[in-house]
Amino acid sequence: MIQIERLRIYYKTLHGDAKALDDVTFTINDKEILGIAGESGCGKSTLGNSLILLKPPMKYVSGEVKINGEKLPIDNNTEMRRHRYKKISLIPQYAMDALNPTRKIGGIIRDLVGQHKIKYEEIEKRLHERLNMVKLSKDILNMYPFELSGGMKQRLVLVISTLLNPDLLIADEVTSALDVSSQKAVSLMFKEFRDREIVNSIIFITHDIAVLYQIADRIVIMYAGKVAEIGPTEEIIANPLHPYTKALIKSLPNAGIRHTKEKLEGIPGHPPNLINPPAGCRFRDRCPFADENCLEEPPLKEINKGRLVACWKVKDL
Amino acid sequence: MIKAKNLTKVFNSGFLFSKNTITAVDEVNFEIGRGEILALVGESGSGKSTIGKMMLKLLKPSGGQILLEDKDIFSISNNKEFYSKVQGIFQDPYSSFNPIFKVNRIFKLVRQSFKKEVPASEWNDRVENVLKKVGLNAGDVLNKYIHQLSGGQLQRLLIARALLMDVEVLVADEITSMLDASTRVDVLEALLSLKEIGAAIMFITHDLSQAYYISDKIVVLYRGSIVEMGSIEKVFSNPRHPYTQMLLDSIPQLDRKWETDKFDIEDSNKNQTIWKEGFCKYVDRCPIADTTCIKPAIKLIEEDHYVACAKL
Repeated sequence: MIQIERLRIYYKTLHGDAKALDDVTFTINDKEILGIAGESGCGKSTLGNSLILLKPPMKYVSGEVKINGEKLPIDNNTEMRRHRYKKISLIPQYAMDALNPTRKIGGIIRDLVGQHKIKYEEIEKRLHERLNMVKLSKDILNMYPFELSGGMKQRLVLVISTLLNPDLLIADEVTSALDVSSQKAVSLMFKEFRDREIVNSIIFITHDIAVLYQIADRIVIMYAGKVAEIGPTEEIIANPLHPYTKALIKSLPNAGIRHTKEKLEGIPGHPPNLINPPAGCRFRDRCPFADENCLEEPPLKEINKGRLVACWKVKDL
Repeated sequence: MIKAKNLTKVFNSGFLFSKNTITAVDEVNFEIGRGEILALVGESGSGKSTIGKMMLKLLKPSGGQILLEDKDIFSISNNKEFYSKVQGIFQDPYSSFNPIFKVNRIFKLVRQSFKKEVPASEWNDRVENVLKKVGLNAGDVLNKYIHQLSGGQLQRLLIARALLMDVEVLVADEITSMLDASTRVDVLEALLSLKEIGAAIMFITHDLSQAYYISDKIVVLYRGSIVEMGSIEKVFSNPRHPYTQMLLDSIPQLDRKWETDKFDIEDSNKNQTIWKEGFCKYVDRCPIADTTCIKPAIKLIEEDHYVACAKL
C-alpha cells in the first residue's frame, strides 16, 4: 500500500511559488489500478514526477509518501536512487519518444539495468518472457526505436519500466498519443501486468476519463492542485458528486450522442492561477452552485465508504 | 461543394539505390456538400492529414483531382482568391498565430487582406458578432496577446476568423486533440456555427466519439484507401467492414466496457502475411480474410453507405 499524506509540491517561479500540488492526500491499495484524471495544470503529472525525481524548479514543501509503511525519501535525490525503478517506476509522458535513437533497443536495456548494478544476462530470460506477453518478438532487441510503431514502442516502454518488478508503476498519459485500437491494446496490457502481479499497483494518469472507466479500479479527480473527489470507478462515472466532476463528465462526447439530439456543454471559465490561488474552494469561480460558504476551503470528507469529496454543497446537490 | 476524384499521393523516400515509394493516399473519392461536416477518420499514417493538406493546396496530388465547385483547385492560380474560400485549422493553435500581434490586429488583417469592401466600423460589429457566435466575449479576448489565451479560446478564434471570411470550405485537422475535455465541446459547437453559414467542413480526427457528435458523413481510411463511408449514423449503427467494426469496438465509452479478449494489435511474433499488391490492404490484420480477398472495389450496400470488402 502506498500512502500519500498532505503532500505539497511547488514550482519556483519569478513571480512566486506555483502551488501545483497543495495538500494532496490519498492511498493506493495493493493490486489496484488507481486512475488520476483532471485538466491540464491540475497537478496530475506533477504528482507522478514528484514520486520519482524532484527536478528544479519543482520543490518539496511538506507531506509524506510511504510505501508499505516505509517513508519514501522523495526530498533526497541520492537516497531516492535506491528506490527508483526497483520500488517505484515511472513512465513519463512521451516516454516512447525518449528512447535513444542511435542505440539498439537491447543496448538501451543493457545500459539501464547496468545502472542498477544488474547484469543483462540475469534478466534476459525475464525480458524475453515479458516481450512475449506484450506480443513483441525478441528480434526487436536488435532493432532501433524508430523501427517500431507508436503502439509497439509504448508496449516496449511498459516492459522496460517493469523489468525489476516495482511495487508501484506510474503511467503518465501513456495512451494519449495512440490510435483507438492501440490505445485499447496498450491499456489492457497494463491491466494484465497488474493481474499477473508483475507490478503491485499502478497509478494511471490521463485526461481521458473514458479510458479510466475501462481499466481503473478507483479514480481520483484533481482540480487546480487539489483532490476534488475520490471513489470507485463505477460510482464516479455513474454518480459524480463534486460539481467539477459532474461538469467534466457531462462535457464528454460519448459515442452515440449527436449534436442534433443532445447538446453537450463545456465548463465556462478557466482554472485559477496557481501562484496566487483564491482562498476557499478553487473551483468556486466556475461552479454553478457556489455561494459564500465556498469562500472557506472545503475539506476532503468521506461521504460514503471509500467515497471522498471536497465540496461544501455536496449534501444539497 | 468540394470533391475529391481519384485522389492519389505517392511519396518518394530513400535515395539512389534504396528508392522507395509510399502510397499515402490511394484513389480516394468523396464529396462534401454545402453545410455538411465530413469526418475523416483512421489511424496514424492512414493518409488523413495528407488529404487535408492537398485540399489546402499545401501538397500537390500525384494523381486525381480536387474540385471546388467543379474547378480543379490547382488550376486556380490566384492563391488569395483560393484561400478566401478555403481555410485550414490545425492541431496546435499557438503556432497558427503571430505571437507579437494582439487579437484585434489579427482580425484587422483579415479585413485588409480579404474583405477590403467592408467599412472599418461595420467590421468591428461583425467581429463582435462572430465572437459571440463561437462563445467568446469580445472584451475578454480582443485586447490580449496569444500567450494570454487558452488553447480552446485560440481554436475558437480561428473558427471566428473563418466565419468572418465567409469561407466555403474548412479543413479542421485534429483541432481538439490538444485541448482539455471541458473546452473541447465549445470548439465543436463553434464549428457547428460554421456549418450553419453553409461551409463544407472536413473534420479530421482519430476521436470517433467527437466525429459522431458533430459530423453528417464519415470516411474511414485504412492505409490510404477508403474502407467504408457514408452517413455517419448508418456507419456507426451498422459497420460492415471488419476494420470499422474493430475501430468502433475500441472506442473507450462511459457506458460500455471493452471486451477484454478482443483486441487488434501488430503482433510481431506472428508470422504475418505480408500484404501483396492487388489484395485488400487490411488482409494481414483482418479476422475473416482469406486468399480470395482481391482488392475490393467500394460498393453501395444501402442508401448512403459504401463498403470496400470482398467478404460482403
